[in-house]
Amino acid sequence: MVKEYFFEEADRTNAFITRLDLAMYEETGGPLEGKGIAVKDNISTAGIPTTCASRILAGYVPPFDAHVITHLREAGAAIVGKTNMDEFGMGTTTENSAFGPTTNPHDASRVPGGSSGGSAAAVGDGMVDMALGSDTGGSIRCPAAFCGIVGLKPTFGRVSRYGLIAYSNSLEQIGPLGRTVTDVNTLMSAIAGPDPRDTTAYDRPYTHTPSGNIAGMKIAIPDEFFGEGVDPAVAESVRNAIGKLEDAGAETMTCSIPSMAYALAAYYVTCTSEASSNLSRFDGVRFGPSVETKRSWHDEFRDHRGTLFGKEVQRRILLGTFALSAGYYGKYYAKAQVARENVRKDFLRIFKDADIIAGPTMPQIAFKLGEKSDPLSMYLADILTVPANLAGVPAISVPCGMVEKMPVGLQLIGRHFEDERVVDAAFAYEMEVA
Amino acid sequence: MTDKTVIIGLEIHCQLNTKTKLFCGCSTDFQGDEPNTHVCPICLGLPGAMPRLNKQAVLYALKVAKALKLTVPEVSEFSRKNYFYPDLPKGYQISQYDKPIAEKGIMEVDDDEGHPKNIRITRIHLEEDPGRLIHKTSRDRAGYSLVDYNRSSIPLIEIVTEPDLRSPKEARRFLNKLRSTLEYLEVFDGEREGSIRVDANISIKGHNRVECKNISSYKGVEKALNFEITRQRNLIRKGQRIEQETRHFLEGRGITTSSRSKENENDYRYFPEPDLRPLRVSGWVDDIVLPELPDARRERFMTQYGISENHARTLTGDLKVANFYESVADADPAIAAIWVADILLGEINYRSMRIDDVPTMNIADLIALIRDDTITDKSGVEVLRVMLDHCMGENEESCEMPADIVTRLGLTKAAGDDFTAVINEVIAANPNAVADYRAGKKGAVNFLVGQVMKATRGRADPKELNSAMDAALKEAED
Repeated sequence: MVKEYFFEEADRTNAFITRLDLAMYEETGGPLEGKGIAVKDNISTAGIPTTCASRILAGYVPPFDAHVITHLREAGAAIVGKTNMDEFGMGTTTENSAFGPTTNPHDASRVPGGSSGGSAAAVGDGMVDMALGSDTGGSIRCPAAFCGIVGLKPTFGRVSRYGLIAYSNSLEQIGPLGRTVTDVNTLMSAIAGPDPRDTTAYDRPYTHTPSGNIAGMKIAIPDEFFGEGVDPAVAESVRNAIGKLEDAGAETMTCSIPSMAYALAAYYVTCTSEASSNLSRFDGVRFGPSVETKRSWHDEFRDHRGTLFGKEVQRRILLGTFALSAGYYGKYYAKAQVARENVRKDFLRIFKDADIIAGPTMPQIAFKLGEKSDPLSMYLADILTVPANLAGVPAISVPCGMVEKMPVGLQLIGRHFEDERVVDAAFAYEMEVA
Repeated sequence: MTDKTVIIGLEIHCQLNTKTKLFCGCSTDFQGDEPNTHVCPICLGLPGAMPRLNKQAVLYALKVAKALKLTVPEVSEFSRKNYFYPDLPKGYQISQYDKPIAEKGIMEVDDDEGHPKNIRITRIHLEEDPGRLIHKTSRDRAGYSLVDYNRSSIPLIEIVTEPDLRSPKEARRFLNKLRSTLEYLEVFDGEREGSIRVDANISIKGHNRVECKNISSYKGVEKALNFEITRQRNLIRKGQRIEQETRHFLEGRGITTSSRSKENENDYRYFPEPDLRPLRVSGWVDDIVLPELPDARRERFMTQYGISENHARTLTGDLKVANFYESVADADPAIAAIWVADILLGEINYRSMRIDDVPTMNIADLIALIRDDTITDKSGVEVLRVMLDHCMGENEESCEMPADIVTRLGLTKAAGDDFTAVINEVIAANPNAVADYRAGKKGAVNFLVGQVMKATRGRADPKELNSAMDAALKEAED
């Protein structure tokens, strides 16, 4: 039976691009029945506009649901709207949106983080209990940390990407955001599992009840996560949080991830390269604002893309195009893949002895709006989140105290397909401070 | 003296005749259907859609690889070939680049002197077709284009040769044999429009290489190459430089033209397709059972049916012709070979018919009539023509049986007494020719025989007629 869900919460943070004041859901008896869920606007929803916060997709209404949306509907969820984001996921602040910036629910002068900033703000502000985001280089964990909520980036391949509008296919995953670890766990259960339409997805369904028993869990703390650029107050807050995990029975050790020296470069070369190709389809021929058809296609494509893509998107397309060009491929793309492999090897090495790697999610608290106007300083803020994407391992951000009245996130990273253990560690922390 | 050796390498794109497209479940059977009716989010390149590899297409590619003796590496991989064009829905084509599905094979063809030689195959890769642009002219003279995505994501294999071909004719023979091999493998339908497209690299030894793109027929390849050889040799003769460039073949005019604009020089920015996992299919090759291929079938035709190499070659060049021959050979393999290879193929070609428009039963009947001496060869041709003129393709009933035609037209071979009277009439009516004959002009006999032939409408056996005429003339002399 189809039921009505009235979504009436005020949107103080500009979290939504599209909202459905009257959302529908089915009485399926599923775990999300009657729950209002917000969905990042890069996840395709049949019949609901999906813009990626870009003018180039204005008017596009997908004719099909992403795999995760099908699962949400089966679980009885009401999809209440599509949330704001950095255009195509390209940003760490949700300022790069054609629909204006989203603000942080804790402080309207600050950013919510990005790129899933709308989803995090909607949860953080209590508009919804849960939301879906996507994480290419920290896009779930960063806004979760900045908004004081929980966000999980699953193992690469654990959740089907079918219907996720690709920014950087080899790095990104759809994942859950929620106010509590339990909510995140519930949403993860609904979306994980195989999908024949995404042949990079594995048949690894997620059916887990979080357990706070982490006695004997080995937690490695990389020196690099507390190095230069990390706000000492944030570092202290995170060290205290790790102390709580020790109180709960975990054993800690230090470790080193030398490959992090190249992680950020490897990340930006890879994601911009893939993006330059993924975004080629936005040429105005089949969707988005129609093109002027009386011009030669070449001129029209150029002007259409030049006008409708935002600055940051154009910057990344140019970077990626350059990195893949003849004569530069070996210097950039190929090198980046070597560096990426080194990151993966470092993680595998550490995970021989440790179950979890812990550190801050972000090196700072939420930035002021406009603070990261220089692209390079914005890119640097991703240093602690991109390694998990490069290695494909699961990582969660769980709130661990406040600095300057702003939330701080504890990041817990696990082995491939051990999303459950990552959730348990976060749950144990949550229990410990409750 | 400069070396005039011609160096040719080919890149051949062939559509595989799988039931569904390379990366989605859309049907490939869209011939004659409305544009954009065989499409889905995947082959339209809608954002969020992801490719899913068609196993059948992989098996077909491996089949070709095995037939052409290529090695299938442990791991191959799909790459994106990035370029903008209105018929390319994703802004890139999913293709293969540095890790193709198969590498290093050979195919034997005859050179221009008829000696067999090996042409090395560099690689085979699997890729998707783009959509198709349909150019229209509107009333205000500003042309416009429509895009049909029915073709988008049809599986293609690209077969690349080493520069081992030495003449346009040799290239044509290579293509014919390749086509025939692909048809024997039942992975390709050569009759489908646009099912094969060729890019040819050609140079005169010691000079720059030119790539001719956009050739969509076998005849076109030979034409384009001949045009290029003449053009390049003329430039060399005048002491001019041959630009290394891409040229387009204009099928209608039979010439190639320079693309000129540097803007059109693409840097395809290949990189591995992140939405597909690497292919590990080398283990599948052993399980592939190859059918009898053209060379083997030719050899067998020669030994089993005792027919000439030329006949065997003609009959095995096309899978359907070979099957046709085998189903009519029983009556008399030698006569069947002559009638199918030398006569029937020409007659159906003249009528733009296909071999499967002709019922084998009827041809078997015709062959029996010839074998049993019921009709002469000449009458046989007449019967065949009458029959084919009324054959309506698929409707076998529309094809009259040769025996019925013989009866209807009274074409049973004239024998003995049957035409003695005619001979005598001809001798009586042509006293001048008879006089010439007596004067020793042997050619006069041919004229007289021709007159008899005319009068009997070819029902007389030429040999028998000749001796009968000789006898009659001698008799008249005595």
